[in-house]
Amino acid sequence: MTQSFRRSPKASFAIFAFLSFFVALGSTVARAQSAEVQRPASFTLANGLQIVVIPDHRTPVVTHMIWYKVGSADETPGKSGLAHFLEHLMFKGTKRFPAGQFSQTVIRIGGQENAFTSTDYTGYFQRVPRDKLATVMEFEADRMTGLTLKDENVLPERDVVLEEYNMRVANNPDAKLSEQIMAALYLNHPYGRPVIGWRHEIEQLNREDALEFYKRFYAPNNATLVVAGDVEPEEVRKLAEKTYGQQVRQPSIPAKRIRPQEPTPIAPRTVTLADPRVEQPSLRRYYLVPSAVTAAAGEAPALEVLAQVLGAGSNSYLYRSLVVERGLAISTGAWYNGSALDPTQFAVSAVPKPGIGFPEIEDAIEKVIADVAQNGVRAEDLDRVKTQLISEATYARDNQSTMARWYGGALTIGLTIDQIVSWPDRVRAVTGDQVRDAARTWLEKNRSVTGYLIKDTTAKREDKRS
Amino acid sequence: MRLARVSYLGIAAVCGLLLSLASAQATNIQRVVSPGGIEAWLVQDTTVPIIAMEYAFAGGSTQDPPDKPGVANLVASLLDEGAGDLDAKAFRERLERRAIDLSFNDSREHLRGSLRTLKEHRDEAFDLLRLALAQPRFDAEALERIRAQVMATLRRQSTSPNDIASKRFFEVGFGTHPYASPPSGTLDSVPKISADDLRDHAKRVIARDTVKISVVGDIDPATLGAMLDRVFAGLPAKSDLKPIPPVELHVPPSRVNVTLDVPQTVVLFGAPGIVRSDPDFMTAYVLNHILAGGMTSRLYREVREKRGLVYSISESLVWFRQTAFVMGSTATRADRANDTIDTIEKEIHRIAAEGPSQKELDEAKSYLKGSQMLSLDTSSKIAGALLQYQIDDLGIDYIDRRNGLIDAVTLDDAKRVAKRLWDQRFLTVAVGRVAQPTGN
Repeated sequence: MTQSFRRSPKASFAIFAFLSFFVALGSTVARAQSAEVQRPASFTLANGLQIVVIPDHRTPVVTHMIWYKVGSADETPGKSGLAHFLEHLMFKGTKRFPAGQFSQTVIRIGGQENAFTSTDYTGYFQRVPRDKLATVMEFEADRMTGLTLKDENVLPERDVVLEEYNMRVANNPDAKLSEQIMAALYLNHPYGRPVIGWRHEIEQLNREDALEFYKRFYAPNNATLVVAGDVEPEEVRKLAEKTYGQQVRQPSIPAKRIRPQEPTPIAPRTVTLADPRVEQPSLRRYYLVPSAVTAAAGEAPALEVLAQVLGAGSNSYLYRSLVVERGLAISTGAWYNGSALDPTQFAVSAVPKPGIGFPEIEDAIEKVIADVAQNGVRAEDLDRVKTQLISEATYARDNQSTMARWYGGALTIGLTIDQIVSWPDRVRAVTGDQVRDAARTWLEKNRSVTGYLIKDTTAKREDKRS
Repeated sequence: MRLARVSYLGIAAVCGLLLSLASAQATNIQRVVSPGGIEAWLVQDTTVPIIAMEYAFAGGSTQDPPDKPGVANLVASLLDEGAGDLDAKAFRERLERRAIDLSFNDSREHLRGSLRTLKEHRDEAFDLLRLALAQPRFDAEALERIRAQVMATLRRQSTSPNDIASKRFFEVGFGTHPYASPPSGTLDSVPKISADDLRDHAKRVIARDTVKISVVGDIDPATLGAMLDRVFAGLPAKSDLKPIPPVELHVPPSRVNVTLDVPQTVVLFGAPGIVRSDPDFMTAYVLNHILAGGMTSRLYREVREKRGLVYSISESLVWFRQTAFVMGSTATRADRANDTIDTIEKEIHRIAAEGPSQKELDEAKSYLKGSQMLSLDTSSKIAGALLQYQIDDLGIDYIDRRNGLIDAVTLDDAKRVAKRLWDQRFLTVAVGRVAQPTGN
């Protein structure tokens, strides 16, 4: 639920995790269009803005969502958190529409709005009655290049972001551990930086930083517009040409984002986060693995299936072994974040039972993985998890926002509509051997960072409860 | 943050969630009564081949034995862990093989369930639901496994500022009343709960007389009628619930401070509110939007935008069957906690004294009417809203009446109700590093 008032990197992670169910794919071989997924309309304006329209006429509502191909991984070193900070500042008004006017208009027409930032993208959306689409398009197009910023807006907003940091990270030992794992996993690639930024760098961000970043990355040829809901493509095209079509292409933005890449990992790493407030220790391990963009043919859907087999629900292999059969853990999990431009993460996690040590848990996790790497997965399990993944595509059609996020996220990292539409078929095509090979190739300890969350028993301050 | 906060507090109902419905579909709500006499509200929609059902039995954590809070929560957590001849593994496999989502959760006053299935697996989905409700197993293996998970959650919550604040808020606000009882139980109570406690609770709660059901998706009334009988007709006719007395939120003379070594102080505030059936309810709903409804609200502007004190700030109307209150929540760094609380109080006092302006009232009404169709664009959302309308006893024509009720709110009403709602002392709970002064 991204019902947070707006602008939350966590929300984007939720979206991110969700997307990874759908957009991971490897093969570029064209396949028959899946029955489950209708192909949306797509066209590109002369200034380079790609537009995708996903009709859903059940309710007279539209979701209007613009995705910029810029995220925290595109920040200049030393300016971490800038993509997210700018996302907040995008609500501070333009030359044409002063601060507050856009939001007030959205509210007055009974709409909703929000925004999100991730490693690879920044997005803004409104959900409005269908007859108000033209209004929000006019505002959003104006905001693409018209932003004006004053210190009186910028400085309080930086405090807001610091409170957001406090809420999401500083108050949350679990989130601090995730930051440390990511920083250790990425030796060279900017995915090691938190989306919200390092605190000492957020504190120094200013108006000039934000405007420079904005001018560098916000342009029609660096964006994708997704409109889902009660609307036809031709109508969107007409409105878009009048609004977004007036924005000028910025040739200096490179078509492809090139970031420093990871060396071949050669050593397993561990990090331990100790905090006096940890009453329930836990463990998780991230592996560096290919994303939907960087994977070889068939590999990304296989990783998706592997995550599902290992970690989804009480019949997953980790849960069966560690929780049910061996009684070592309270809960287990696994996920694959396929929706990323560059090499990404596959994670496994466990919460040990009281009295069970981390070595025993890790050993048990490694045995489960080794078994899959050796023997593959049972045919019935493969069928079961594939059915679940494929059904998600049908369930997604029930929600126009979900569809908009699914397409926006995938297109922004460079996947094509064909690749998205054929996703259920790609999942269906995954074989047991491919899942086995994915485990064997990628869940290799040298590629991993293991993080431990433990209680810090040396703390000086005591926690008193009144 | 409203939704997140709500689910974590286990609050029965919050305004923003409920009062909208797609107009296109709104007119098509059918009352379906099965041959066996089970009633459900249905919105038939064949666009996507799925079916979503939401339903609720009266019950919840207020029905826990006073010495064993956490029973209702464990029941909800175990209903999908084995039923009939199927142990947990077999039951979950049957669900997963057909991608059927079946889940239960409990609030303070209800055992709620959700079912989502592809149309092609409809029969299997309803069969598994019938088994879960009529013949839950509560096997020892599953109970111990889930108990360990609940204990882990409680351990985690014991040092989380949000959870501590919420627990204290309800303790102080409701004293010995069942509303104060922690819905997930405590580290002391959960180990004491037996399978017999669970069976007893399930037997008392899962019955035909209190169940409310709504269904949205690709199913016709006749087929739904048959399915309703298959699932619910075999359940006991009568529930056996202990009565819950009416209660008003207690506001102590001074602020409640809990010291915890965290960088950000969490603040909850609240005061007695207006029950759902009160003629002033809709006015309060409109007013609350002006004070705290999103990015143009007074609290958002003053506390967040102008002063940069917080990231999230919310305030909501909350109503249970036997009480109602307003409840707000925010978080700020320790050295600005007092500033933040002062600013919030100032804004609340101001709107209590002056009421809103005509412009604010008009804009709030415009938003609330316009947004009616917005939050109900998915089957599950519509089903959830229809369920809440039934729980609140609003009538099947409520959606058609709702905008008229909003329009009828006058500036005089708003001024009077603003006073009623906010011209009072607040219960404030602050959890953080520095002990706060205790003025209120």
